[in-house]
Amino acid sequence: MRIDVNTWVGGYPWRKVPGTAPGALLEAMDRTHVSRAWVSHLPSVFWRDPMEGNTWLHQVCEAERRFRAVPAIQPALPGWEADVKRAKELGAVAVRVDPMFHDIDPSGPAMRALVAASAKAGLPLMLAVRLEDGRQRHPLDVAAELPAAAVRTLLRSHPSARLVITHADRGFIEEVHFGSTADEAARVWWDISWVWGPPEDHLEHLIGAMGAARFLFGSGQPLRLPETPGARMELLDIEPDQRAAIEHLNAEALGG
Amino acid sequence: MLIDVHVHFLHSLTPRRDWRARNESRIRAGERIGITWHVSSILGSWGLRSPIYFPSPADVTLANEEQRRIVTEHPHQVRGYVLVNPNYPDQVASEVARGAAGGMIGIKLAASRRADDPLLDRVAELAAEHRFPVLQHIWQHRRRDMPGQEASDAIELCRLAQRHPGVSFILAHIGGGGDWLQSLRAVRHMPNVLVDLSGSGVDGGMLEACAAAVGPERLLWGTDLTMDTGLAKLRYLAHLLPPAELDMVRHGNAVRIFPAGSFPEA
Repeated sequence: MRIDVNTWVGGYPWRKVPGTAPGALLEAMDRTHVSRAWVSHLPSVFWRDPMEGNTWLHQVCEAERRFRAVPAIQPALPGWEADVKRAKELGAVAVRVDPMFHDIDPSGPAMRALVAASAKAGLPLMLAVRLEDGRQRHPLDVAAELPAAAVRTLLRSHPSARLVITHADRGFIEEVHFGSTADEAARVWWDISWVWGPPEDHLEHLIGAMGAARFLFGSGQPLRLPETPGARMELLDIEPDQRAAIEHLNAEALGG
Repeated sequence: MLIDVHVHFLHSLTPRRDWRARNESRIRAGERIGITWHVSSILGSWGLRSPIYFPSPADVTLANEEQRRIVTEHPHQVRGYVLVNPNYPDQVASEVARGAAGGMIGIKLAASRRADDPLLDRVAELAAEHRFPVLQHIWQHRRRDMPGQEASDAIELCRLAQRHPGVSFILAHIGGGGDWLQSLRAVRHMPNVLVDLSGSGVDGGMLEACAAAVGPERLLWGTDLTMDTGLAKLRYLAHLLPPAELDMVRHGNAVRIFPAGSFPEA
């Protein structure tokens, strides 16, 4: 069983991307043996009010039992607290925020308020470090990448905050993990979509250093190939219980 | 058969103390993936004694000696490119001759000199003499000079390829960073340029764009520094292409452009 915590539906503004419809996501899940997906709405990242995409996302996830919604929140807009509450009521598995795309301070008061609200609602908060390789982005796609310092600050801002960070590489993960107390580090989970396998073996190294409990199976599809995390796991030498933790148990413990 | 056309090994005279573990990891992962042949190059001392992309003559020689040693150690798994630095034309000829005599099967151009520079014509002539393909390091759509390298882009490689229509040029790591869409537009009508699919980039839509731009007969499978992304692309290609076309990418195109007999069946 596999749970992909990092999937998207909807179009991308900066280049042609195949497979953005919910049906295509299901096909890719079947092909890669993924039972369940945590789904975000890609266009919302670029909207002035990303919460306008949540209704459609909830409808899509309500219609497909293998999908779990990750609705977007923009905590600098008035009334966002009601959207967190609604996400909880509608069965969201987490909420997401993309502060760099919304041009808000990634560790400022609005973000800290969202961390507190999501903790109170019992929902993990998902953030992406990046969506694409910085070397290939569209000339007008200029939002900065999420800084590791912001993740450390957010973790420290609330004692029961739970963060899911996607698209982070080894250096970013190590910086946050070893720059946090044990309690703080135990409240952040990392998807493996941007952590390399052999011959550098970054993923194997991180699991050895931090434990399998910190990692989640995630692809970033359809912006990235759905086959990637499965290939990464296939080349990894770990115990069956560690594999199960990364592929689904950790995600299930988080709520979905 | 599966041929990885873009491979690097490390050696003891590099900054990497874990060089042996990385080499072993590559061989081990290759066995799991089902790689029949790793076609490898070494970029000098990987920065220990001279810059990675501007290797000194001594480091070029060292790299080629180390490459031949690795081929000797893995005669049924590894083949090699001759590394050259075009800024030292006399050495280029001697290294290619020594490499050919030592069983090397291609030439590796890193980023020591722009691909369309006249100095590279001699490299291409030597490639033609030995029927070697040339693997050219590429920055996909270079918008400015990158520190530490005189990187070339696809347009510059195509200028060289146009001057040497009898030589096969491999555009390195389409997934290795930069705007691959610009590269694919550049190489579309240049029949002697093939696209190496290696690199950490696993963008959705990239493999479709590659196949549409140059067709399966000009695609080569490879890994470079991330074998997991190479495996992911292989899996996706199996979904994207019919078996006969997939076989071209897995090995048929490589067998066609490298010297005859380079890849005996294991």
